[in-house]
Amino acid sequence: MRLKTLLMFTAPSAVLMLVFIFVPLISVAVQSLFSTTLVREQVKVETCTPGFLAQVCTTAERSQVVLRADGKPVTRTVFTGLDSYRSVLEVEKLAAAFASGGQGWTAVAGLDFWRALRFTLTFTFITLPLVVGLGMLIALAVNNMLRSVRGPLVFISLLPFIVTPVIGALSIRWLFVGDGILTALLRATIDPSISMFAQGWTIELLMLVYRVWHVAPFAFIVFYAGLQTVDQDTLESAVIDGASRFERLRFVVIPHLMPLIVFVALIHMMDAYRVFEEVVGFAAEAHVISLQWLTFNFLTPDFTGNRSISRASASSMLTMVGIVLLLIPLLVRVWRDHKPRS
Amino acid sequence: MFKRTLLATALATGLASVLAGPANAACGFANTLPIKTLSASFDAWKAVSAAWAECGNVQSELDMNFRNKQPTAFAANPSLYQIGGVANNTVVPLLNAGTIRPLDDLIAKYGQFLTPNQLIKIDGKTMAVAMMVNAQHFMVREDVLKELGIATPTTWDEVLDAAAKIKASGKMQYPLGATMKPGFDISQEFLNLFLGFGGVPTKADNTPSINGEAGMKTLALMKRISAFLDPEYLTSDSTFVARQFQQGRIAMANLWATRAGALDNPAESQVVGKVSMLAAPAAVKGGKPATTLWWDGFVIAKNIPDAEAEMAFRIAVEGIDEEMVKANNNAAVWLIKGYVPGRAAQGAIASAMGGAPNYPSTSSMGIVSAVLAENVADFMSGKKTAEQTLQAIEAGYMTRAKEQGLVK
Repeated sequence: MRLKTLLMFTAPSAVLMLVFIFVPLISVAVQSLFSTTLVREQVKVETCTPGFLAQVCTTAERSQVVLRADGKPVTRTVFTGLDSYRSVLEVEKLAAAFASGGQGWTAVAGLDFWRALRFTLTFTFITLPLVVGLGMLIALAVNNMLRSVRGPLVFISLLPFIVTPVIGALSIRWLFVGDGILTALLRATIDPSISMFAQGWTIELLMLVYRVWHVAPFAFIVFYAGLQTVDQDTLESAVIDGASRFERLRFVVIPHLMPLIVFVALIHMMDAYRVFEEVVGFAAEAHVISLQWLTFNFLTPDFTGNRSISRASASSMLTMVGIVLLLIPLLVRVWRDHKPRS
Repeated sequence: MFKRTLLATALATGLASVLAGPANAACGFANTLPIKTLSASFDAWKAVSAAWAECGNVQSELDMNFRNKQPTAFAANPSLYQIGGVANNTVVPLLNAGTIRPLDDLIAKYGQFLTPNQLIKIDGKTMAVAMMVNAQHFMVREDVLKELGIATPTTWDEVLDAAAKIKASGKMQYPLGATMKPGFDISQEFLNLFLGFGGVPTKADNTPSINGEAGMKTLALMKRISAFLDPEYLTSDSTFVARQFQQGRIAMANLWATRAGALDNPAESQVVGKVSMLAAPAAVKGGKPATTLWWDGFVIAKNIPDAEAEMAFRIAVEGIDEEMVKANNNAAVWLIKGYVPGRAAQGAIASAMGGAPNYPSTSSMGIVSAVLAENVADFMSGKKTAEQTLQAIEAGYMTRAKEQGLVK
């Protein structure tokens, strides 16, 4: 292909990437280095609010926001360097935890960023093999079914993937929260004192189960498509050579599907690292939070209407760095596979 | 028919939008301008929104997460809503951003029937008009107490004794309810008790003073309370506690006055007429009820033409007139003429009479609520000790106060 043709084909996507990914990324990076604050003045004012029978008026010092002539608040933006990152990472407290006399890992469990990172990483790495494994299992099972029942089976297997994530998470929560029907069942069969939302580990367990249930169909449909392209001649010659069912899977099918496995793993890791719906849907903030939820929490206006833009930017930059680090091994593999053989 | 379908669709999407039909006799005039309103969603706002709709051309949005979108929506020019429903805390972001207008001229013209008590004044200017007061107060199943021969508790120590007796009797496994979900709910639980112990959350220079004796006592009491709560209490909000009451699973809780009506609603409650509304328990013997008083009311956007603001104000006061209150007497503790305090209002009134303080509409208080919202659960779930939690609260306060320009 001539260079000019190549450029013309890729230009639209390159422009969109530039406008919608690259520019916002730079903007977030810049915002994480600056901090914008409101300018205030101390004034003595009288404030009146309703009392039960008569109005209550109090005069007190009040830090009032200074407004410009057009009614907009006066703000001041200063370069703060890596302060936002330091504040998100809570570097000093982390150092104190591991200094002599510190409490080590127990103290780290109380630092938001680090406990979010802990959960996000375990969540990603536990769901990854389960999603790939379960997806493969369903794909092989469906592929071995009679041709006439495959269609309906594919449809049914795909259903969990179609459910909107937040709705799915809420449904699971309602099944298990309080004396929800599944908790009631667990109480009747295992232990009458079970409460699924009373401690962190049971909530995490539900999150893992939910995510695997939700995403396995995606892995399944990709692998199922791949299975249709396995070379039947190779399989037949393997049978003639006396290869068992497992050996055929191990030496013919899996190597053939390897690029797809890498693809599913890549997509799943990117998705799982940004875990968010589960935390909101399960109302799990007290016990379990994720990195994406942390960013969201910084961005939510607090009771003064303020959003912590700098810290939210720092936190999302850190999330992005995390994803890139996680993906490097897989990307290196893809790169090696696609390099023209010399 | 068409109107009803629209309503159903709006409800189905989670927004209890009230779409107006043509103006009718209930409103004194016919509105011609399109007016939009944004407020919280509970019975009182539903009643007021329905009254607004009678003027025609009013589209009301009732949303429990309104506080997340209100500041930005009002900062737009023109503002996306003309009328906003606010409370003590949610008015602060609008005041800070200067996006609401003083109402004195309009009150002189159209609001003579408002009582002075309804006017929220800051520096002599009326910035909001209140329609009701709200407070978390003690709700108790006195039938259960009587059956077990327990005296009605008035302090938290007595509440815990009573809870222990109910638990021991085997009547209820977890006799208490509390709104301990991280966020606004848990921050209010902390603040009520903290103020009840005589704590003052911030100093005059806007620095925090939460890490002290009152803070330690508050956390210790919250831990003792949690022993009598459903183990999943860290996911429990007002709706959850109200439902626990309705299903007869708890005997006592400090809950919002706006939820009192639902406990007497035979369609959803199994305990109609059995829950008494009393003043919030005191944190210390002889102390004031450990709760805060709130108001709910409306504001008018600044970034809209004056004619539109005038019409919006006329509609807003029309919706909080005597007629609306008479039709919805028990939906809230109204501040409006014509209101006859009913059974459901007794707790809020008793708390106010007992001297419960107002929740102050200041930025520093907003930050206090925000950091409590984030940190108190860490203590309850055992991630941090009481000392560590209070230190984290003060550190979090300073980070936010610096971002806000409140402290240098």
